[in-house]
Order: sequence, then structure tokens, then C-alpha cells
Amino acid sequence: MSNNLPIPDIKKVKLEYRAILDLIPTGSSVLDLGCGDGELLNLLVKIKNIRGSGIEIDPEAVRKCASLGISVSQQDIESGLSDYGDRSFDFVILNQSLQQVVKLEAVLKETLRVGNKVIIGFPNFVYYKSRLQMVFGGRTPVTPSLPNMWYDTPNLHFLSITDFQAYCRDRHLEIEKVIYIDGNRRIKFFPNVFAQTGIFLIKNQK
Amino acid sequence: MTKIIENTDKGLGFVETKYFTFGNPPDELKLESGEKLSPVTLAYETYGTLNEDKSNAILILHALTGNAHVAGYHPGEKDPGWWDNMIGHGKAFDIDKYFVICSNVIGGCHGSTGPSTINPKTNRPYGLDFPLITVKDMVTAQSYLVKSLGIKKLVCVAGGSMGGMQVLQWTVSFPEMVATAIPIATSARHSPQQIAFNEVGRQAIMADSNWNDGNYYGKSAPRSGLSVARMIGHITYMSDVSMGEKFGRRVKEEHGDKKFSPDFEVEGYLQYRGDNFVKRFDANSYLYITKAIDRFDLTNGGSLEKVFKAASAVKFLVIAFKSDWLYPAYQSKEIVRACKQAQVDVSYCELNSTYGHDAFLLEVEEQEHFIKNFLRRVSDE
Repeated sequence: MSNNLPIPDIKKVKLEYRAILDLIPTGSSVLDLGCGDGELLNLLVKIKNIRGSGIEIDPEAVRKCASLGISVSQQDIESGLSDYGDRSFDFVILNQSLQQVVKLEAVLKETLRVGNKVIIGFPNFVYYKSRLQMVFGGRTPVTPSLPNMWYDTPNLHFLSITDFQAYCRDRHLEIEKVIYIDGNRRIKFFPNVFAQTGIFLIKNQK
Repeated sequence: MTKIIENTDKGLGFVETKYFTFGNPPDELKLESGEKLSPVTLAYETYGTLNEDKSNAILILHALTGNAHVAGYHPGEKDPGWWDNMIGHGKAFDIDKYFVICSNVIGGCHGSTGPSTINPKTNRPYGLDFPLITVKDMVTAQSYLVKSLGIKKLVCVAGGSMGGMQVLQWTVSFPEMVATAIPIATSARHSPQQIAFNEVGRQAIMADSNWNDGNYYGKSAPRSGLSVARMIGHITYMSDVSMGEKFGRRVKEEHGDKKFSPDFEVEGYLQYRGDNFVKRFDANSYLYITKAIDRFDLTNGGSLEKVFKAASAVKFLVIAFKSDWLYPAYQSKEIVRACKQAQVDVSYCELNSTYGHDAFLLEVEEQEHFIKNFLRRVSDE
């Protein structure tokens, strides 16, 4: 898959996307769930020469995907995943959409059926600035990675990095790699406090 | 006349329908039913220029009552071809790049062999002696035309409604001849609801005493029956919203003096469409073609996934419309799902439109965006 648009400058790509790019070997097959306007898939096609497809429900975003030459299906994640056979992709990406999925567990199971490995990126609800807003401000936190007010948020699930680690343990999922990010910095220590975003590479334990 | 010339300046100008005849004995066209048809003529039109290695051809396929005249003007006619807004310089199917062919179907009545054609064995119109045809037969006949033009592989086959069924059949019958496919507002097989509407249309024709078992050529045609069939068709092509917008409950200005003369604009409109239709369409063709699409089943009783495995190198763009209740989006999604399971490259968009099934003829801008970008992507690969 390719198009004639220029190859993006990797240095200008946001850290979150660079981290995901690093996780995916050249030439892989990738399904991006909730792929938005196709920015990440386009980077993967251009830089990693992947064979990619996306699922996206928003018509305007689907339109933009088409402009980028991304193969996309206009469907919701929950029904769209069942269309694929087992192990159809090397990687399934669920970036910044996990927290908005209604039947989260069912979707996670499906991603692990359809992909050999799954990349999950989500905002850490207990980021220290959120904690401060809650404890001292008495307010539901609003941060760059969770930017909506309580009354207009699309998010249904609020989870922390520690929550997700515990979940993987309970469900026998192997965390192959994890990257913690705060804006444009990687976080090494106390990620559950200092990271705004966690990106996990997981697979089923053998 | 001046107006026509004004219009043609921006478009393709005058175009003409051509005719391709094949299937003379002993090379008759073998039909799915086992019967043979000979000779066979297909009406078609072409636009743009076929390049030297004959690798830039796109085949457009029409819906139930369409014809080969998809774009440009015929001299003396005030309306252009049925998809003129999609085919031309810089349009969705860009004739500066592509050589666009539109082929009529066998069984039809716009220049191709059908029930109104003279049967060489009797020197009279076939009528019901015409064999039952299928969508697969339509496509097989078209493959002769495409090959006769020296084309080994089509860049794309595209069409809406019954045209979309032919698209699907092309990818299955001749996968090696098709690089990409754009089935629009269509289905891999008719639902009972779709069959039911067609059956009411057929019954209306056959209940018309003029129909006379299909033996009406040279006499009065079953006009009122065919007109009712078309009225039913039109209702299913629109949507509740589009009818509301177009007619509301507005009453007709001229009201007939009979008790049950049409009161509302929508009634007058349907009658007008019905009356116009009988001038350009043959009732027997309507019976044969609706039967062909009702019987169409790409799965052949098996799984759709298996069917598409044979077409795994073809790339698909599937388009459906939200308000289309005749060919609802779930039917397109079935095609998408089967493609995905067969690991076929497929893109799917469900366009917002209030036009109902007619949207594939009317929603030009959105379709153009997706079709242009799809053709650009696949030609870059």
C-alpha cells in the first residue's frame, strides 16, 4: 500500500506514534481499530511498509483515510472485528479507543484472536496531575490525555497503568513490552504516577 | 437545441451507441440454463482512449432499467447518460486517464439481444421463446465484448444495484480479468423483500390483458401493467425522507374529475414516471431481468467467503447508503465480511444520504471522493 504523498518527517511525529512504530517490524500486517483519520496507519505504511487496514465509524475520518490511500471499513469496532478470521494480522492496534469501547472485555478477546500481538495505548487515569485535581481540587480530572469534562466525555472506562497490568496478570496475557509516556518524554520510574499514557504490547500466554 | 450544445461543452459532447455481435453458429453463447443463444448482440458505449497496451479500461455496468448510454449526449436528446456526472474529464471515472466502457445486458431492450429481438428461427420477436437468462450469462456475454476490444485485464468493474451484482459476478467468473471492483448499493443475493417487490411488478405486467403471454409485439403493449411495475419500483428506490422532501402532502394543481383521480403530487409523479417508462422499456425484458436478479446468488448455496477466495487478488471498494432500504447496508456488509474472511483487500464506506436506493445515481461528490482515491491508491501499488 502506498500513495504519492510525501514521507513524513519522523522527528516531527509525536512520541506516542514513534513508540508504536518502534514496536512493529517492517512488512508486518496491521489492523488499526478506531484508526481515526488514518494518520498512524499512513506513518506505518510510509515508514514500515506495512500492509494495513483500519476500522473507523466516523464518516469524516473515513473520508480522510480515503484521501491518504488507507484501506478502511466504516464500521464500529465491536461488530467489525468479528468479520476477520483468526490470526488475520501480525498486529492489532487499539490506540486511545479502549476506554471508549462498550464491551471492553469482549473486544480485547477478539483483538487477541484476530492478531498475533496486540498494541494497546490508553490514558492513565491516576496520572499525578489527575490525582492532585481530585484530592485538592475535588474535581474530576481534566488532563491533556483526558481532555473532556465529565458531562461530555466519550470515555466509558477509567483505568490506570497498574489496573491494566493486574488485568493482564489475571487473564494470563503476556506483556511483551511497555512504554510509558508523559507528553514528549518517556517515563522510566513510577509510571503509574508520572505517565499520562501507557502503550502495551501484549499477546496470549502460551 | 442551443441548450444541449451548452451542456455538451462541459461534458463529453455527442456520443454514440455501438453494437457488438458474436455467437454465430457453431460458437453459440451457452447459457447457464443449458440453452444456447445465437447470434448475440450487445449494445455498448466507450469514452476516452484505450492506451497502447490496453491496460486502462474500466467497465461500467448498469442497473435494472439502465442501458449502455452512461455519459454524454445523444443528438436531439435533452438529458445526458444515466451516470454522466460520474464519467468524464476529471470526474470519478476520469476519461483523461481511463478508457471507460459501458455495456448493456442480454435480455434487455436497448440494442442488445432480448425477448423483443427477432428470433432468426421464426423471423418473429422471441417473446417467451427467449431463454431464461442469469446475471452470470449477462457477464459471460460482456466478457466476449471486452476480449473483442483486445483487453486482457480491466482496471476496474463498477456499478450500482443490478450493476453491482454484475460487478460481483465479474470478480467470480473472470477474476484474472479484473484488478479492482466497486460494487455499489448491491447484494450478493436478493432478500425475500427484494424478490417480493419484483414479483408484484411481474404480476402487474402479466395481469394486463395486453400482455397475452408475452405475445404482444406489433400489437398494444401491456402498458398499464408495466407502468404499475415501474411505480412500485420507484417507491422502493426512494426513501420516506426523500419523498417527504420532494412531495410532502402537496396536492396537484390540476385535479381530474373522477372520484379516484390522483390528488397528491406523489401520485401524479408516480403516474408520470410509469407512463414515461413504458415508452422506453419492454415488458418482457422487465420480466426476464427481474427474474435474473431474483435468482442471483453469488454463494450458489455455499459460503460467500469461499467464493471470494477465488477472487483474492481483486481489490474491492464497497459502497452503501444509509437510507437505502431496498438494498440495505447490511447486504454490503455481508460482502465486506466475506472479503475479509477470504483475506481480500476491501474498503467499505456507508454514505449518508436521504435519497434511498437512488443515492447511487445522485450522491456524486461523496462517491467521487472515494472512487477517485481508491483508483489512485490501487494504481500506485
